[in-house]
Amino acid sequence: MAHDAQVATLGPLRQVATDFASDKQAFSVPWGKAMMWIFLLSDTFIFTCFLTSYMNVRMSTTATWPFPSEVFALNLFGRDIPLILIAIMTFVLITSSGTMALAVNYGYRRHRRNTVLLMVATAALGATFVSMQAFEWTKLILEGVRPWENPWGAPQFGSAFFMITGFHGLHVSAGVIYLLTVARRVHVGFYEKRGSYETVEIAGLYWHFVDLVWVFIFAFFYLW
Amino acid sequence: MSEAKEGQQHPLKIYLWIWFLLFVLSTFSYLVDYFHFHGLLRWSLIVTFMLLKAGFIVAIFMHMAWERLALKFAILIPPLCLLILISFMAIEGGYTFLTRGAAFLR
Repeated sequence: MAHDAQVATLGPLRQVATDFASDKQAFSVPWGKAMMWIFLLSDTFIFTCFLTSYMNVRMSTTATWPFPSEVFALNLFGRDIPLILIAIMTFVLITSSGTMALAVNYGYRRHRRNTVLLMVATAALGATFVSMQAFEWTKLILEGVRPWENPWGAPQFGSAFFMITGFHGLHVSAGVIYLLTVARRVHVGFYEKRGSYETVEIAGLYWHFVDLVWVFIFAFFYLW
Repeated sequence: MSEAKEGQQHPLKIYLWIWFLLFVLSTFSYLVDYFHFHGLLRWSLIVTFMLLKAGFIVAIFMHMAWERLALKFAILIPPLCLLILISFMAIEGGYTFLTRGAAFLR
């Protein structure tokens, strides 16, 4: 084959690169988007490992598991409202997912001002979420929750809580920085000049994934 | 790639609808806790609302519904392996619980 003969004349490393690339494209999307999806796939495995180990310790402990509904209750207006902070955090994150979806849409419409505003709004909501989480951590630490003990029951509760919500909070914090970086580039017209707003959509994928993970944490850790 | 329209462009209306649905579903799952449903009813409601929300986010917000089948397969099939991990760990958890019960609670 003409192609093989041509490749055979290349230097050894060029040959490897050409063979592996083979000038083929498996996915009909920009490479950045395919790579973001693959990263999110690997992240899915990491979060599932956390949630699965949480399931395992919760099933195997003989001590009673602290009742999340009461642990995460807040005293508002003179009475305890169960899980209220977590519910508000959930709504904040969903709202941020909505603003992000609109930002992607306006980006593709070449509506720079709206894209920047919506992305900054998304980042602000993300920052709000992280601060509420910091408040929640502070409250629980003051009440005596540690990775190895807590006042209400199974000691594994603390390690599962800090590990799962901590890793998720880290993702949200990284997302806020990521979104602001991309928003700044939209603002200065970087993507306008390049003629493509796919980077906004890729950042959006990451952000929606963070929301997606929270859906599972909310269901399995807080509601179960 | 696309000459007339770049990337994923869809009417705003669909995003606003999904956004609204996510709010409603989250409210429902919160109410499951608020009204103290328990047992099988609680778990099945939680999982149903969770899967609906996850499905809407992936399909619409992350545009998976409009991607080609090759990408759908590459991303959505591998996580199914996790079901094996989850079932193994569930069996293991149950076994550890029983062993602990037999050893410590005599």
